[in-house]
Amino acid sequence: MTTLIPAGDFKTSYAADTTIFPTATSRNFAIAGVVLLALCPLVLDKYWLSIMIQIGFLSIAALGLNILVGFTGQISIGHAAFFGFGGFASPWLSNHFGIPVALSIPLAGVMTTAVGLIFGIPAARLKGLYLAIATLAAQYIIEDFLGRAEWFTGGVAGTIAEPFSLFGFVFDTDERYFYVVLAWMVAMYVLATNLMRTRDGRALVAVRDHYLSAEMMGINLTKYRTMSFGISSFYAGIGGALYAHYLQFVSVEGVTILLSIQFLGMIIIGGLGSIMGSLMGTVFMVLLPELMGAVTDALAGGAIDRALNLKDSLSYLREMAIGLAIILFLIFEPDGLAHRWKQVKAYWKLYPFSH
Amino acid sequence: MNTELLGQLLINGIVVGALYGVVAMSFVLIYKASQVVNFAQGEFLLIGAWTCWWLLTKWQLPFIWGFGFTLVFMTLFGLLLQVVVLRPMIGEPIISVIMVTIGLSIFFQALMKWMFGVFAQPFPPIFETGQVDVLGLRIQTVYVMSLGISVVIMAVFAWFFKFSRMGLAMRATAFNQQVAQSLGISVRTVFALSWAISAVVSSVAGVVVAVVNGVSSALSFYGIKVFPAVILGGLDSVVGAVLGGLIVGLLENFAHFLDAEYLNWGNMYQVAPFYVLIVILMIKPYGLFGTKDIERV
Repeated sequence: MTTLIPAGDFKTSYAADTTIFPTATSRNFAIAGVVLLALCPLVLDKYWLSIMIQIGFLSIAALGLNILVGFTGQISIGHAAFFGFGGFASPWLSNHFGIPVALSIPLAGVMTTAVGLIFGIPAARLKGLYLAIATLAAQYIIEDFLGRAEWFTGGVAGTIAEPFSLFGFVFDTDERYFYVVLAWMVAMYVLATNLMRTRDGRALVAVRDHYLSAEMMGINLTKYRTMSFGISSFYAGIGGALYAHYLQFVSVEGVTILLSIQFLGMIIIGGLGSIMGSLMGTVFMVLLPELMGAVTDALAGGAIDRALNLKDSLSYLREMAIGLAIILFLIFEPDGLAHRWKQVKAYWKLYPFSH
Repeated sequence: MNTELLGQLLINGIVVGALYGVVAMSFVLIYKASQVVNFAQGEFLLIGAWTCWWLLTKWQLPFIWGFGFTLVFMTLFGLLLQVVVLRPMIGEPIISVIMVTIGLSIFFQALMKWMFGVFAQPFPPIFETGQVDVLGLRIQTVYVMSLGISVVIMAVFAWFFKFSRMGLAMRATAFNQQVAQSLGISVRTVFALSWAISAVVSSVAGVVVAVVNGVSSALSFYGIKVFPAVILGGLDSVVGAVLGGLIVGLLENFAHFLDAEYLNWGNMYQVAPFYVLIVILMIKPYGLFGTKDIERV
């Protein structure tokens, strides 16, 4: 199901057809959404703020993976490694070269892009499951490198990251850092939306849909596959850098294959090839473990808790929930939450004559 | 140069490599029959080993019975998994199928941790003598058993696919599904059976590893180590899988040897196969024995 267009709404130019917001109302809603988010630190407590910050930096990385997997059709099981690389690159730049954090975050993104391109070169020749296996190897190799390179990451002990600051104003509390993440998130999402409206973005989709036809139409497959890898690594690097400066400490333990799988879960649950879907999927994936925690708390002390030993095995329950969510979504809702959301919108638009 | 260590590692390499070969073989079986890349192969080992351990320690069954029940359980488990989870995924894009098996992998890994804990549990001893002398080297009895079992499994596989009716049907399905179906082969049965056989064979490998090293969630790492092996041998070649497994096993142990003697980088044997994997994918992605995919428009 594509977007519903009311009868009589004729597009008279190509620009009008590819606009981000088809109506003034949808644009106003989007702006109102960002303003509402900007007001959040005034009303929400610390716990919810930290969850929203997490959603912020993870959704940037998830969007990058969605550009690679959802729009270009190249699978990657090593996204967490690039996320981690960005997370180490930014503190490294600011600690060793004295670059201000506001500048080291985009620079970390560029460095991660370079690493992504190195792994993108073999990836451009591979597709499908060969690529899946190659990126799986990349995950283990980069993880091993991050654990080993003490000059870069501080080894297994991890590294300290400076807090984000701009013109002498330090964003070191959750309330302040929220705005940094929000600004980056809006910028990155607008960037991705616009990318998909350009010639390059359409070329990526063409590579996904039928790469042979795309090649015959003059699209350079190697170039676009590598480029897509680079873009996705850039997003991962930015997300990772934001994560590092939020916690002000990074260690290699946080970027294992499980996080890679979580990223894949986010975009599958949100919807492959949907920009807002990346955000929805991230919200789902961050809230799911919290929900499991809440359920366990609610059952604490009861007979079920005693029989199954829920409290001590919460982390396994969370992992199980993640695995189960991925399987169930793939079987029952392969187009993800974005598709479900479209259906809800269509229902209200057509109400009461939905047929 | 430490020859004793080298000899020990050589034997280690062959024993572990043979086990990788067995797991790789069951991975290739699923891939050939149903075109599914199974990222949850390591969990078959894990589930099989924990089931056997549970039957032997909690129910105090003799090894033969515990092992037998494990095999029966794993057959049913493999069948059920294919029918419930993988059958609805037929015809879906390859990314979805890969993701389902990844989902299964983390689900079962977490489930096993929840049920049995994270700590490695020793298997009850099966042999009375701990070590035997072979060519002047002292080798643990379980290693000899492990190698023997691997060879037996490989021989049974060879017989099954060369001579048995079902094995021939499976090869026909792998070769061309539509033609096989038109000749009266039930492709559904073949798919389900390939998962069942793969689960059983992997669980045998799992029990063998568990007898040697104890049961722990580290077992599922065999499922990851399978990838270098099958890519090296060629994704759709059973012989290649066995050879690839042996090579990866030896490679790991030589990387360990180099590391221990000269380099002192640590952890080399874990990562070395993945470097090799990337190199093979760049120069010869179809492996030593795999069929080259020719695409026609």
